[in-house]
Amino acid sequence: MQTVFIVAILLLGFLITFQIAKASEYVAVLRGEEKAKKQTNKVNAFLLLAFLILGLIGVYYCNETLKGKILGEAASNHGKHIDTMLQITLVLTGIVFVITQVALFWFAYKYQQSDDRKAYYYPHNNKLEVIWTVIPAIALTVLVGFGIFYWFKITGDAPKDAMEVEIIGSQFKWEFRYPGHDGPGGKGVFGKKYFKNITGDNPLGQIWDDPANRDDVYVTGEPMHLVVNKPVRLVINSKDVIHDVGLVHFRMKMDAVPGTPTTMWFTPTKTSKQMAQELGKANFVYEISCDQMCGKGHTGMRGEVIVETQEQFDAWMATKQPLYDKLFVNKPAVTDSTHTPDSTAKSVTAVLLKK
Amino acid sequence: MSDTIHIHPGQVGHEVAHDDHHHGHHEQSFVTKYIFSQDHKTIGKQFLVTGIIWAIVGGLFSVLFRLQLGFPGQTFPILETVFGKWAEGGVIKAEFYYALITMHGTVLVFFVLTAGLSGTFANLLIPLQVGARDMASPFLNMLSYWFFFLASIVMISSLFLHTGPAAGGWTVYPPLSALGQASIGSRLGMDFWIVSMALFVVSALLGGLNYIATILNMRTKGMSMTRLPLTIWALFFTAVLGVLSFPVLFSGLILLLFDRNLGTSFYLSDIVVNGEILNNEGGSAILFQHLFWFLGHPEVYIILLPAMGMVSEILSVNSRKPIFGYMAMLGSLFAIAILAFLVWAHHMFVTGLNPFLGSIFVLLTLLIAVPSAIKVFNWLTTLWRGNIRLTPATLFAIGFVSLFISGGLTGIFLGNSTIDIHLHDTMFVVAHFHIVMGVASMFGMFAGIYHWFPKMFGRYLNSTLGYIHFWVTIVGAYLIFWPMHYEGLAGMPRRYLDKSSWASFSQFGDLDKMITIVSIIVFAVQLMFVFNFFYSIFKGRKVTSTNPWGANTLEWTTPINPGHGNWEGEIPEVHRWAYDYGKDGREFIPQTEPVGANESKH
Repeated sequence: MQTVFIVAILLLGFLITFQIAKASEYVAVLRGEEKAKKQTNKVNAFLLLAFLILGLIGVYYCNETLKGKILGEAASNHGKHIDTMLQITLVLTGIVFVITQVALFWFAYKYQQSDDRKAYYYPHNNKLEVIWTVIPAIALTVLVGFGIFYWFKITGDAPKDAMEVEIIGSQFKWEFRYPGHDGPGGKGVFGKKYFKNITGDNPLGQIWDDPANRDDVYVTGEPMHLVVNKPVRLVINSKDVIHDVGLVHFRMKMDAVPGTPTTMWFTPTKTSKQMAQELGKANFVYEISCDQMCGKGHTGMRGEVIVETQEQFDAWMATKQPLYDKLFVNKPAVTDSTHTPDSTAKSVTAVLLKK
Repeated sequence: MSDTIHIHPGQVGHEVAHDDHHHGHHEQSFVTKYIFSQDHKTIGKQFLVTGIIWAIVGGLFSVLFRLQLGFPGQTFPILETVFGKWAEGGVIKAEFYYALITMHGTVLVFFVLTAGLSGTFANLLIPLQVGARDMASPFLNMLSYWFFFLASIVMISSLFLHTGPAAGGWTVYPPLSALGQASIGSRLGMDFWIVSMALFVVSALLGGLNYIATILNMRTKGMSMTRLPLTIWALFFTAVLGVLSFPVLFSGLILLLFDRNLGTSFYLSDIVVNGEILNNEGGSAILFQHLFWFLGHPEVYIILLPAMGMVSEILSVNSRKPIFGYMAMLGSLFAIAILAFLVWAHHMFVTGLNPFLGSIFVLLTLLIAVPSAIKVFNWLTTLWRGNIRLTPATLFAIGFVSLFISGGLTGIFLGNSTIDIHLHDTMFVVAHFHIVMGVASMFGMFAGIYHWFPKMFGRYLNSTLGYIHFWVTIVGAYLIFWPMHYEGLAGMPRRYLDKSSWASFSQFGDLDKMITIVSIIVFAVQLMFVFNFFYSIFKGRKVTSTNPWGANTLEWTTPINPGHGNWEGEIPEVHRWAYDYGKDGREFIPQTEPVGANESKH
């Protein structure tokens, strides 16, 4: 009913507009076309000026209304760089925006057709053209310079002491793996995996012949835990289609590509609690959004991150058990053969381990 | 090769002057005159009408899914009426939402803004403005339209498939688009999409080669390359871009077709989908993105350049002033065309691209802002101290410049990889490309339609409706897309159906409502334009003079309703560039007028 009503109103409005438009054309012909044209020219020139003024006010109003809704301060070291870069660009482009838009609409208003005016024959001026080639070029060099400087900082190698977490996307959930402490200096090493080993019990397809897998902790269905002020390097994977690990508060993002692992690193600088206090939102959570369309559940592919102190993290980790222990050590009743990879996968496993 | 064409009253000569194989005169039937026509003007109109129909379809899709985005909790019975099982109970199903955005993007980018825009105006304007009786090959030109028509039929058919049309986004990234198990839209609908796009590429190539051949070889006497109107230069570079980049998309799509149907692994590796382990190993999903964007980025210039060319022409004619810096305009078009091929990976900064390679693409991408800035400053200077006639075409041209500035500047954010990390795939991107590529090019197209409608149909569009059309559209476009940038700054991902379950993105409910309402109004006004268009073809005010705008270019030396062959008698000779407006106290000097002895030099 409502839709019929809306459609009826639209149709009516349209009919009226059309009749007026038709009538105005007749009137124009009757009154003398030249005169009518001058009249509409004036009206439209005035509207252009009004559009400029109201538009600039609108831009200001829009900013006042919405600036409070765009997440506040970044919660990672890289995020701060990105915000700085954003501000530099905003200022520079803002100036250009105002100057060019004002010039555009002002000229259109000021030089509207009039009998007393003659258009000025001005086909070119090399000096002017050189000036406005050079100035944008300089401005852009500045932006490129800053941009690449920060870009290499952000995409450069992670610090040696960074913790590592693997994050794996699949339709439509996130899974995590922590590497344990089996590497040199107590740093964890991820065990190898092979996608054909994936079963219900072995969701990542870990290769159990690889000893590095023995202390890897598999986590799903709960938030990813990170330590505040400790760099973290994410190893990103996908099992099916391309996903994307989007971390808005850290301003970080990286695709998860099946068959091609990607990485990114950053240092979270605020715990979840700190953020909740700063933003005045008791229920604040860091969210992981999937930013690359991945199918019908894309909108719901949500994960969470908890940033906490080292002690809290250790306490949480202590409650976790490596998947290997769960499957083989603490479940002696089950025979090994059900869980070892099948023969084809085993041969591939051997090849992979030799590498 | 004769330079004349024989026109008999009431009968239009069919053969074209440069055609060595004369068929002799014969009466044109309705079919050869209006359907399988080889007249470039008729083919242009066919592209335009088909483009308009597509624009209504593509626009309607966006309005309907905007309903769902603006009012997530509500049901809309009209959606069930239109979409049946895909919107049971009046709520669009998620899988169909993705089908709709895919179709919206594909239709508007390729079928409206490529075929509808450059197809229309390249066909209409190239022979008329270079002084040729028709295209280099009128027959291939006709085929170009009919391949486009076939592509349209296949794409339309896919809408009625049991499993729905393609739903992987207009960029159809595999593996999502390659695996029927991963998405219902990747079943038969995706094959239809690929076949349709393959036909479309054939159409684009036939058209493009023809445009290039015509511009290079069929200019009339005296029409040197540097005397060409900027519209023709823009259409020339557009055609070059299309001819060099569409085949790359074609190859990418063929490989995708193989991966889908023949078990190859070009793009697939290490995949477990819905618990099913696939055998594919060794492919690269990112390879497709390189192939896609090697077309995809030039494609945005394929869309923009014709609009730029027409805007240059229209602003100059209606300011009664020469275009400022013709050579600089030409140089910047050339620079844009070259750079268009060297920036594709800026769509892929967060795919795991080598950071060093990324930095090169940052440099090249931001470099493209220099020729763009030159163009903007030259347009501004063209308006400066003009005597501006604010026709609907002029207003749309001014609107184009405004939108091009706004959208171009946000491109500087996205082209900088550091900022792109945060803004990539957010609503900021959606706002950016809709303004700079979508709405701006639509404005260029509208400007062109209002300006050349008298040449196309011998009648005027109703200008009061034209003014309403312009004002509602520009205000609406800014209301829709300007605040959308803020959603992107907040990191809201694009292509999200319902944001209410997210703590970080649910704060824009009112804004989304406003955007939806405005988009309905804007769409209604476009329908009004469509009505104006068709009404005016038959009932519009008749054009009474051959040169209603007082323009210099050759198309206005033809009769009001030119027949096939364009000029009765000899093709006019050209003696000057196209922009002698306001020179030596004269309002305009047509290109056909010889240079006088006392004329000042510029």
